[in-house]
Amino acid sequence: MIADLVIALLFIGYAISVLMGFGTILTWVERKQAAVMSDRIGANRAYIRIPFTQVKLVWWGLFHGMADGLKMLLKEDFKPRTYDWYAYAVAPWVVFTPVLLVFAVVPFGGNLTPAALWAPLGEWFGDKSYPMQIARLDAGLLIVFAFSGLTIIGAMLAGWSSSNKFSLLGALRAGSQMISYELVLGLTVLGLILIYGTVDLDAMVRHQSGTVLGFLPAWGIVYQPFAATLFLAAAIAENKRIPFDLPEAESELIAGYFTEYSAMKMGLFMFAEFIEIAIIGALFTTLFLGGYNLPWMSDAGFALPGGAAVAMPHGAVVVTQLGTFLLKVFVVCSFQILIRWTLPRFRYDQVLTFAWKFMLPLAVANLCVTAVAVWWIRS
Amino acid sequence: MSPKPHVRKRYWNEPEMGWYERAYLFEILRGLWITGGVFARNMFKWMTGRKGALTTYYPEETRFDYAKGNRGKHVLTRRPDGSPQCIACNMCATVCPAKVIEIEAGFDPDDAAHPKYPVRFEIDYSRCVFCGLCVEACPEDAIRMAKEVPALPGDDRWAMWLGKAELLEWQPQADVAKPYPPAPPRAKTGERP
Repeated sequence: MIADLVIALLFIGYAISVLMGFGTILTWVERKQAAVMSDRIGANRAYIRIPFTQVKLVWWGLFHGMADGLKMLLKEDFKPRTYDWYAYAVAPWVVFTPVLLVFAVVPFGGNLTPAALWAPLGEWFGDKSYPMQIARLDAGLLIVFAFSGLTIIGAMLAGWSSSNKFSLLGALRAGSQMISYELVLGLTVLGLILIYGTVDLDAMVRHQSGTVLGFLPAWGIVYQPFAATLFLAAAIAENKRIPFDLPEAESELIAGYFTEYSAMKMGLFMFAEFIEIAIIGALFTTLFLGGYNLPWMSDAGFALPGGAAVAMPHGAVVVTQLGTFLLKVFVVCSFQILIRWTLPRFRYDQVLTFAWKFMLPLAVANLCVTAVAVWWIRS
Repeated sequence: MSPKPHVRKRYWNEPEMGWYERAYLFEILRGLWITGGVFARNMFKWMTGRKGALTTYYPEETRFDYAKGNRGKHVLTRRPDGSPQCIACNMCATVCPAKVIEIEAGFDPDDAAHPKYPVRFEIDYSRCVFCGLCVEACPEDAIRMAKEVPALPGDDRWAMWLGKAELLEWQPQADVAKPYPPAPPRAKTGERP
């Protein structure tokens, strides 16, 4: 019992530190990647001076995130005289918390058997095996959609309680846009559910460790390349980032639904956005990129397409899986940032037209084709 | 009265989109290919120890390709006896569009030819626009501009004032060659004076 608790706490600590780490690192990655993409150098002035010396650590501008955090913590927490102070205060948390909760069902590694890791641990843990996931739930994917749907409430609360017309406009835009794209998001994933026959994310990842046609890794993106594209586009729209950042639209609405927020409350909105980049990366990795496994890899080791099998010790497997997951998530995050710094913003009517008249029919068509194909193959 | 239906204006240079552009995805991929290519190229440069950017680290790294005609620093010329040629007439300070020159005039009864001289002569380089009007306005050829640039970047704008002493003593190599009064042009055939 205590052993289970220790493992659960360990996983929770790992997940939270990974998310916070990604949130912090991504602010830096976004700055630097944007700079490198446009022939610039990027933020490089914040430094930490080692006390009593003149040694200044710049580290490629890595400390700008700390400077940002300090600025947000030390700024005046300006509050508008709003008639619903409670909703105003609670809104950033309603945006921020569900984003963290989504990660609870995402598997970030295969099975962890402490006894196989280090023999003395076996005395305490027995030969128990734990899936590296905070909550092993059958309804994994449904939980993801349930929680990511909650962020709409936060955005609407923030816009409504700020008693500012710009905020209200931004919130209305956020609401309509997120609801539209959530539909597309769900429909793209339905194809995968049909193929794998489960909504348990860990089971989905295990399905993807096989091969297709003998040599291709059986990743979701191989089965459903179309759905993967639509999923990524809809997910970026869910995150309200350029090219879908109409709810914020600096040139029209100042900052949209968080116009009236300052200091760390605004920071929470921003941080939630950056963590959601990582969450989207994690979901995309889990659903379409084979999750925590390298190609042709499973908990036992590698099963290469030529028929050769490479067995790996348990410790090496665990480390490889954790590292692979982080790397894949990072690559997807970086790709999202590439999109963000490449495409211009849509017009508002174009955003909704794009969702309802372009992506939704495509997603439905994809679903129909998948359903027919699955029925054909199974029968 | 029914409102007039809105007719969108058609511009002569409106882009015409074929099915390829309308499909949207291909053009997005092309854009991503371009930006991703720039990113990969610059990143490769950074990782192989070269500079993958067009911009400069400004204070540490100044640009080497200033224009040939660039004049970035003022020089106060001197008479053969070493005193400044400036007679503190304030013409440069008057003509200066950025109002950066401050002169305090002094009286020197011993020098009958030039009784007026500058006690203070200060230029605020944080505001100077380097237009060169002071040089044109000067009746005594007392102020000139040299090709060098002042190495003044710093955190403190009060440190960007240059006083009389610096302006007099700062003699760049390019300017020392010009004597005062200017040497008469040599009349050699085939050579510019």
